[in-house]
This record gives sequence, structure tokens and C-alpha cells, in this order.
Amino acid sequence: MSSYSITEPSPRQKWAAGTLVIAYAVITLLPLVWILTTGFKSPVDAIAYPPKIVFEPSLEGYVNLFTTRTRVTPEQLEALPPPATWYEEIVRDRDMVIAGPSRYGERFLNSVIIGFGSTFLSVFLGTLAAYAFSRFKIPLKDDLLFFILSTRMMPPIAVAIPIFLMFRTLGLSDTHLGMILLYTAVNISLAVWLLKGFIDEIPREYEEAALIDGYTRFQAFYKVVLPQAATGIASTAIFCLIFSWNEYAFAVLLTSGTAQTAPPFIPTIIGVGGQDWPAVAAGATLFLVPVMVFTILLRKHLLRGITFGAVRK
Amino acid sequence: MSDTPIDRVAKATPPSVAAKIRGFSDRTIAWLFVAPTIFLLLAVNIFPLLWTINLSFTNFRANRPGREVDYIGLRNYQRILTDGDIWLTMQATAHFLFWTIVLQVLIGFTLAWLINRKFKGNDLWTTLIVLPMMLSPAVVGNFWTFLYQPQIGLFNYGVSFFTGIDPSSFQMIGDVDLAPWAIIIVDTWMWTPFVMLICLAGLRSIPDYIYEAAEIDRASKWRQFWTITVPMVLPFLMLAVLFRGIENFKMFDLVVQLTGGGPGSVTELTSINLKREAFEKWRTGYASAYAIVLFVTVFGLASIYVKALNKVKER
Repeated sequence: MSSYSITEPSPRQKWAAGTLVIAYAVITLLPLVWILTTGFKSPVDAIAYPPKIVFEPSLEGYVNLFTTRTRVTPEQLEALPPPATWYEEIVRDRDMVIAGPSRYGERFLNSVIIGFGSTFLSVFLGTLAAYAFSRFKIPLKDDLLFFILSTRMMPPIAVAIPIFLMFRTLGLSDTHLGMILLYTAVNISLAVWLLKGFIDEIPREYEEAALIDGYTRFQAFYKVVLPQAATGIASTAIFCLIFSWNEYAFAVLLTSGTAQTAPPFIPTIIGVGGQDWPAVAAGATLFLVPVMVFTILLRKHLLRGITFGAVRK
Repeated sequence: MSDTPIDRVAKATPPSVAAKIRGFSDRTIAWLFVAPTIFLLLAVNIFPLLWTINLSFTNFRANRPGREVDYIGLRNYQRILTDGDIWLTMQATAHFLFWTIVLQVLIGFTLAWLINRKFKGNDLWTTLIVLPMMLSPAVVGNFWTFLYQPQIGLFNYGVSFFTGIDPSSFQMIGDVDLAPWAIIIVDTWMWTPFVMLICLAGLRSIPDYIYEAAEIDRASKWRQFWTITVPMVLPFLMLAVLFRGIENFKMFDLVVQLTGGGPGSVTELTSINLKREAFEKWRTGYASAYAIVLFVTVFGLASIYVKALNKVKER
């Protein structure tokens, strides 16, 4: 293309477009910035009116997120030895002592276990299936692929009742394994479709060369194809992880304690007289940050991931 | 049949060892690789769906496992189709679907069109705009209840800052007229980037030479927009609408946390209503029939829509 093109927008158009987009981005990011900053506000600052933009940073929200506390009388407080840690000190300022850890850590850990477990499983099974769909003649291939995709259209609540009953019968309800299997089933359609796209793009000649060199089909698969598909596998994994990380409907319907993830838990963080917003914001921030980081790392594969590759960029 | 030394060795080798030397046949590998996926989907998706269909003909209640289950034919379906409350939830869902799609398409397309002007730093801003859609709807919905608080919330403050309306004079969540808009706003905030990304892919798929040809024909910019840009992006846009439509029809997490279906039941969308029937009133058989009705509705609408989409693509 020449340096001048009639389809190239003028500098003024670019400037105007840039300004409008940045204005939208600023407005759209405001709620996120608000979550981040509220986590570092004291409870009083968090509910101040007009909303405080400049405030004295406090870690009280994070302390409240990770602990449970009990109120004590000033006399009892006097009788206690001086606070041993900085977080003990923050709590004492509010006439309280730390009674124990909260359940946030546990829930977060559940999110990690279930998220990574189901991601590993769906990428593992998805890679195998995608390879087979990409390279072999499979009877009714197109129908099978469409069937795999169509499972994603089902509303979670429509299958929640029998899954609930099934899990109860099999002893899988409220277990990590049950949730891992469930999220794997939801994610696998995405994994197969995405990975098939990636594997289709690897030239078959590579494997053929390997087969001639005396590799078996299986060796050719894991010594030649897998390394080539590594980027695709990584971005598929992150999309699966983001989904199971954020999932709420199944988590709230099928788990109650041991296997409950963070999304149903964060909204239940209660302080004195309603939600403890700095603690909620702190919990949300810790929970959202990994996804935000992944999103930024993933931007090149974003479109394919959210649309199952139905739109090629 | 000749009997060379090699043949003798081959015959003497047990078949299992031979298979190991040769590796699995392609056919075996294909099945070995596909089977676990298909099995998992059958177990966790198709089997439950068939079970739901079966339950939909019964008066089963999941909280009373010991009770005898009667098959009551189509009575559950009959009750759903004549239930006035369900029509109200359907209306609430339709209202929600209509406005979220209109707003997301308008804003999303405009943004994509602007970003396609290729200004400096557009990739960075695109990535930032996309962030809300990657977050957990339940967590985000919960935090928006804070932003919507009439006295202390950022939203009301922002509105009053720009319009001068008293921030404590309206509440987005508690008000019967405003509550549907409260969820429409958050959904639009979260999912406009999705429509934007797909439109952007559409815009980038239009080759420059088409515009260059139009320019030579002296077509006005306005005309180029309507005769080139819009028709070329339309299939992409329709795909975005399909995805958003299916997702919003099953919308659950965001709304549960944001309004919980209230006030009254003005924001009680179908899946929230369904959850109430299934897991609060424990009318399992009835809820199963309800789930099937919704499922058939989504599939019916989606397949009609896909036909229309294919027609647009063919043009």
C-alpha cells in the first residue's frame, strides 16, 4: 500500500476517534477503579458522601476479609497484652479482637483447586479430541462437533436439577471432584473447538515426516504436534480457567460448604449492619486481579476464545 | 503362501506385542481420543437433559426423596402455559433482552467503528475496555448494588453531577420502574465489549480495495457506509446478537446478585423464576417442565435465527 491511501483516516478523524474511545474507556473503568480503591478505604470513608476520591489508605478491609472478630468492652481491651501484629492493632482500634480466620481463604483455595483441576482436565481431553477431529476420518464428524458445541447452549438451571439428584446419588454433591467434572463438561466444548482451530493450522507434513522417520502415530502426536500447539493450548487453558473461576449458578446450587468457590461467598461478607464494603471490595479485588492479568496477556487470542473461533480474526 | 524368515518371525510374535511395535491404528487412536469427551458430555449433559424430560411428566419433589412419584402426563406443561406469572417473567426477559441487545449493538458497533480509525494506542484501550466482560458476573453484580446506593453510591452521584438531579431522590434497585434499567445498564456495561470485538473483526475483514473502488465511483462517505460497511459487518453483528441473546436468555448470576428478581418480581427473569420453583419451592417436576419449555424456546428461536443468518451470509 502506498503511504497515502484514501481508506486511511485523516489525523483529525483519528484524534476524534481516539478521544471518544478513551472517554468511553474511562467511564467503563470507573466501577473497576472504585472496587480497587474501596478495598483500601476505611469503612467510614467507603460510605462517605459525596464519594471520597482522596482518602487515607487503610488495610482494614483486607484484615476484615481474612478474619472473624468479636467485640470486647473497653475494660477487657485494657486488660489485654499490647497487640502483637499490625492487623491486631487495626482491629483493636475498633474495640474488637480477632477470633479466627474467615472462610475466604478456604473459598479462594476451592476456586483454585476446582478452576485448575477442571482446566487441566478439559484441556487434556479437549486436545485429544481436537487432534482426532482435525486429523482422522471420524464418522458423522460434523454432527459430533455440532453436538459438542450445542451442549453449551443449555441453560445451567435446565440441567441443574438432575445433576443435583445425580450428584446426591453418587456422593459427588459438594465435592471438589464433582465440581471439576461438571466444569470440565461445560468447558470441553470450548476447548475442542478452539484447539481444533489451532491444530488445523499445523501442517500435516510435520507429522508425516515424523512417521517416515519411524515414529508411531502416538509419538508423532506428542513429540511433534503438541509442542507446535503450545500457544493454542495455553490460551485455551486460560479461557477455561476464566470460565470456571467466574462460574456462579452451579456453584451456588450444587455446593454448600466444602467445595464452594469464591463467587457465591464474596457477596455474603457481612459487617455491622449490612455488607462490609471495604471487605467485599478487597475480596473482589483479590479475586478479579488474576483474570485481569490473564486478559491483558491474552489479548491476541481474545476474540477466538470468546466465540469458539466462530469468528476468525 | 510363501514362508520367508520375516513371515515366520511375524507369525511367532503375539498380536499384543505386534500392536505395540506398530503403535495403535489410526482408527483406534481416533476413538480413544474422542471417546472420553463424548462420554463426559453424555454423562453430564445429555443424560441429565433426558432425566429432566422424564421428571417433567411427574409430580416429583427433590426435597422429599421418599415420597411416591406419580406420572401426571402433560399437566405440568399445561400449568406452565396457562400460568400468568410465567408470562410476566417472559415479558421481563423480553424487555431485558430487547434493550440490552439494542444498546450493546449501537454502542459496540460505534466503538468498533471508532477503534477501526486506527488511532495511536488503540490496542491498549481496546484491551482495557474489554476487562469488564472477563470478570465474575456475580461478584460484579454484588458490587454494583453498592454503586447504585442512593445516598453513598457512585452511580447516583455521577448522575446528579451531570444532570443536577438530587442523588437521593431516586434509587435504581428499589424502584419498580428503574430496577429493570439497573440490570440493563450493568449488562450493557459488561457485555458491550463483546459486541465491539466481533464488530471489529467484521470491520477488519473488509478489504481496502472495495472502498478504493467506491471512491473512484465517487460514492459519498455516507453511501459507502451504508452500502459497504454495514452489509459486510452484518453477519458478524448477527452472530454477536445470537451469542448475546442465548447468554442473556439464561442470565442468572448477575441479576441474582443485583436485584434478586425484585422489587416485587419486576426483574424476575425466567432463569431466576425457574430457580425459585426448583430450589426454593422444590416443585421439581414442574420446574423440569419449565426448564424444557425454556430450552425448546431458546433452541427454536436460535435455529430460526441461524437460518436468517445463513441467508445474510449467502448474499
